[in-house]
Amino acid sequence: MALLEIKDLCVYYGVIQALKGISFEVNEGEVIALIGANGAGKTTTLHTLTGILPAKSGSIQFNGVELTKTPAHKIVRMGIAHVPEGRRIFQNLTVLDNLKLGAFTRKDKDGIAADLSKIYERFPRLEERKTQIAGTLSGGEQQMLAMGRALMSKPRIIVMDEPSMGLSPIFVSEIFDIIESIRKDGMTVLLVEQNAKKALAIADRAYVLETGKITLSGKASDLLNDEKVRKAYLGE
Amino acid sequence: MAFLDYLINGISLGSIYAVIALGYTLVYGIAKMLNFAHGDIIMVGGYAVFTAMVTWGWSTWVAMLFAVVVCTLLGITIEKVAYKPLRKASSLSVLITAIGVSYFLQNLALLIFDEKPKVFTSVVNIPKINLFDGKVVIKGETTAAILVSVVIVVGLSLFINHTQKGRAMLAVSEDKDAAQLMGINVNSTISLTFAIGSGLAAVAGMLLCSSYPTLTNTTGAMPGIKAFVAAVFGGIGSIPGAMIGGILIGVIEILGRAYISPQLADAMVFAVLILVLMIKPTGILGKKINEKV
Repeated sequence: MALLEIKDLCVYYGVIQALKGISFEVNEGEVIALIGANGAGKTTTLHTLTGILPAKSGSIQFNGVELTKTPAHKIVRMGIAHVPEGRRIFQNLTVLDNLKLGAFTRKDKDGIAADLSKIYERFPRLEERKTQIAGTLSGGEQQMLAMGRALMSKPRIIVMDEPSMGLSPIFVSEIFDIIESIRKDGMTVLLVEQNAKKALAIADRAYVLETGKITLSGKASDLLNDEKVRKAYLGE
Repeated sequence: MAFLDYLINGISLGSIYAVIALGYTLVYGIAKMLNFAHGDIIMVGGYAVFTAMVTWGWSTWVAMLFAVVVCTLLGITIEKVAYKPLRKASSLSVLITAIGVSYFLQNLALLIFDEKPKVFTSVVNIPKINLFDGKVVIKGETTAAILVSVVIVVGLSLFINHTQKGRAMLAVSEDKDAAQLMGINVNSTISLTFAIGSGLAAVAGMLLCSSYPTLTNTTGAMPGIKAFVAAVFGGIGSIPGAMIGGILIGVIEILGRAYISPQLADAMVFAVLILVLMIKPTGILGKKINEKV
């Protein structure tokens, strides 16, 4: 059974149907990319998954538990961490406070301390700036903080929404290197990206979302060579 | 020596405004709404102490505890019944609802306690302090108001910055959705905020009625609005700002009453609001507003 299984999911914004019955699955240890143009429903999918938006119909099963009726703050506890679009770090708090908030659901003090040092190892820049107010970090550093914050909840799956958006090319490469290293640690990743080329290069499998429907799916390497994908998303 | 007297009275009244302003500022900071019924919870606190002490003959401490419990529960209930259903509504709807709740509480009190003012017995039992051979007298109520407000500001700051629940409040105040993604229950955090704010209103009610012992159904209205001015003056959303704003407004009111005109004292307080909004809308300690991009 897949770790995450989404079936016939329909989501509305008022009267506008944003997701028209999508189905996909994520297996433990996989990196799955969800690609598509602006407004295709990528962010909507993630927001529904983590409980910020309600589903109209369909089901989301995580580890066999139904999530569509579970409130957002409980979903984190079950092991899904969300790195939201635009990073959404707590601008007026310090870097360390942000990371500690990532571990809000945990009680194991030793485990939290161990994970904090692991995160500092992965993101040395965050350790250098731990007492700094998060809003003063550069865009790339804020993205690292958002990722570190998500990892602090000790998730089984991490969902990332446009982690490379608005970053300089150097930081984009760095962010993808980090995703690669997270995956090497055995983490399951669901990645939403407009940078389809990079996303497909890193993913195991991918789904293409178009105006609320999944139109293509398959191995990422196959999609990377698919004529339609190359034309529509890779600009070739 | 008269000036010193006025100044002390001003700081005393200002400390009470500060405790009320803290409630305004907390609720605004976290729920992003102006709870205009906050002042009336002060009145409820006053009546709760009065009923417990005078009608039921309870001891002062038990009566005070009773009032805090009543107001805390009232705050939670108001939030749940009146404001929670409007979580996604426009801020104007919430504001109008808050004014409605305010009138509701005032009229409910009128119905229960009738319009005859009650004479409040002070809950403060601290000896007065004589300074300069008795030329300046600091009343026990004054000492109590200042001490209590300082303890509350320090306690609240420690709570918010050093406890798990306090951190949750900070996170919710910045970004409700992101806070949820951290596993924070936004509804219960807002509920807790109302509970704390209303408990503080009960304390403010006791201090206010001890210093100004006439209790009617509109006792809380004017101090509530002045404390709102104080919260804006100090920088709404800021805890030390509420304290500073409260004391400044109290001092301005008392000195204005003494040296300029008793009739214009209230007007001067509201003139401060207009000036602040014109010159520095974020108040003395207000945070700059981060526009989300």
